[in-house]
Amino acid sequence: MEQHAILQVENLQKHFPIKSGLLAPGGKRTVKAVDGVSFSLERGKTLGLVGESGCGKSTTGRMIARLMDPTAGRIMVDGVDISQLRGKDLYHFRRKVQMIFQDPFASLNPRQSIGTAIAAPMVAQKITPPGGLKNRVKELLEQVGLKAEHYNRFPHEFSGGQRQRVGIARAISLNPSVIVCDEPVSALDVSVQAQVVNLLQEIQQDTGVSYIFIAHDLSVVRHISDEVAVMYLGKMVEQGSRDELFAGPRHPYTRALLSAVPLPDPRQARAQEKIRLRGDLPSPANPPSGCVFRTRCPLFGTLGEEQRQLCIDVVPAPAVAGSPACHHTALAGPLAAGVQ
Amino acid sequence: MTQSQSSPTAVAASAPQPDSAPKPTTAPQATKTGAFLEVRNLSVKFPTDDGVVAAVNGMDFTLERGQTLGIVGESGSGKSVTSQALMGLLKGTSAQVTGEAIFQGRDLVTLPESGMRRLRGRNIGMIFQDPLSALHPFYTVGHQIAEAYLVHNKATKKQARAAAVDMLGRVGIPSPDMRFDEYPHHFSGGMRQRAMIAMALICEPELLIADEPTTALDVTVQAQILDLMSELQQETNSALILITHDLGVVAEVCDNVLVMYGGQCVESGPVDEIFYDTRHPYTLGLLKSMPTLTTKSGRLNPIPGQPPSLLALPQGCIFSARCEHAALAGDGVCASQRPQFTSEDGHGTRCHLGLPQILSIRNSR
Repeated sequence: MEQHAILQVENLQKHFPIKSGLLAPGGKRTVKAVDGVSFSLERGKTLGLVGESGCGKSTTGRMIARLMDPTAGRIMVDGVDISQLRGKDLYHFRRKVQMIFQDPFASLNPRQSIGTAIAAPMVAQKITPPGGLKNRVKELLEQVGLKAEHYNRFPHEFSGGQRQRVGIARAISLNPSVIVCDEPVSALDVSVQAQVVNLLQEIQQDTGVSYIFIAHDLSVVRHISDEVAVMYLGKMVEQGSRDELFAGPRHPYTRALLSAVPLPDPRQARAQEKIRLRGDLPSPANPPSGCVFRTRCPLFGTLGEEQRQLCIDVVPAPAVAGSPACHHTALAGPLAAGVQ
Repeated sequence: MTQSQSSPTAVAASAPQPDSAPKPTTAPQATKTGAFLEVRNLSVKFPTDDGVVAAVNGMDFTLERGQTLGIVGESGSGKSVTSQALMGLLKGTSAQVTGEAIFQGRDLVTLPESGMRRLRGRNIGMIFQDPLSALHPFYTVGHQIAEAYLVHNKATKKQARAAAVDMLGRVGIPSPDMRFDEYPHHFSGGMRQRAMIAMALICEPELLIADEPTTALDVTVQAQILDLMSELQQETNSALILITHDLGVVAEVCDNVLVMYGGQCVESGPVDEIFYDTRHPYTLGLLKSMPTLTTKSGRLNPIPGQPPSLLALPQGCIFSARCEHAALAGDGVCASQRPQFTSEDGHGTRCHLGLPQILSIRNSR
């Protein structure tokens, strides 16, 4: 398995220091945005990274693309640790991992023609494709379902879905091994969202690229992913194959998350088991001790004194495939999730 | 259409008087129909430098107390503009609003701003999508909630505070007495939306319009907020118009659904019928294009093309350019003629195709 993995992340951490000053004394404190996340991704596969806002999923994606420097941990791309690359090595690494951003309106320069935007990564990497740069861009435009004559147009002439296609064309222009897709379809309408999801899948079939697919929409994640990883407050709480995770979620948070997804099917929606989490996400600057989920955990209230103390005192081991980060998974039993 | 006539008794009958403060009794227009809210041929046009944007083109619907109506559509379908027209928020702008919206005997379209001000907050409440931009950052959350109460009730500041604290507690904000004095930036996204709901509900309006109330929230918080809205609605027996693009949200909370496309209602009816007895190709397309937690993976079935430009709507059916079944109707009627909205047993659709054709499309997929 290790040989097939194009990407392996081990104990990845990102801590942001909190500035303290006259008005906010408190010494050196940090926000642990990502705190010990590990997973691996095989060639040509898709890993869905899900969780609520502020859980660290985007930070994880950005570290893999090296848009942010990790505080600690290893990121192995094709067997090479890229987490500490500098200078020329980092520059060459950029070809291997590319990114697609959420907002197709903010991620394109309004004064730059579509052709220039798509050519930018190739220009930056000093790559001259056979047949010339312009031809390659036109090829890419057609590959993502746009037209070659769009080359000279500007972003404002395109709809959200079309702009996202431009973002995809730019990301695949360097033939990367991994593309980090950060909420690529969240800003799009449903009917257009399906077009972009299909395009991403076609590209994967044609080029064998691997995706990290970051999203909060669990139905899209289920559709596109092979593996799914669930994060909560900077920690990995559960990961596993898509079918396993959706059919039998074992961590109480995963269960609650799945049961909160509104189903576009009135009868099923009425019949669905509903687990409601109380309250909001705790502040990442001041996370609960022990298990970070305990303050909202539906299971916590049902536990005995001793078991609770375990949750309060001991941080559960980070989730690996098939083993969720929970002290009491066994207690919850083989939970029949609300999703058949 | 019902003849408009001034009838004070009809108004009194349709608008129950709360004891706290008298509601406006003079009505510019009153109708004999008993509907709580009746919207007829509502249209909104915005003149712009590029031409006239036809945002809403002839909306008709009715709503009764205790009901939840979901208005679904993609961006640019006119769902938010419809709600703004109902709230009178387009008054004083360049927007041209025509048609009628009879709410308890008063036409919201022609009602002057002064009359509208008396209704807003007291009889009609509104919840907006983005609570951070809808709350004033310089005033405490409590102040903003109490303000609505002070405007519409003869109350002292102390009474208003008590009412606001009580309301904050009812929407599930812990230690409401302390939270009253905090500012919006102290609140998390979910709590801000709760505060918005508290503000909208403090005068117990009979009609609540929620425009994408949970779109900015995470699913777990969305579930809490939707539960809360349903609960409060049942408590007060108010009517709710829920505007959303999420068919899942609609399936969870709505009794009736209205599907909008290009500023028109293309299909409306009871929620189960919309989902299980779909009769418009656009609604069918929407449902087919969504991945769900239960469908088998494979390719998704997107609706080809893009939504129409509201600057130049097509002559015929607004959906015809993207409709895969337009050829079935024959004679190019879909491209040349706007279909009428036809309704049967409360389930209406705007399509040239007959029911047998729709059924065969549905079964062939």
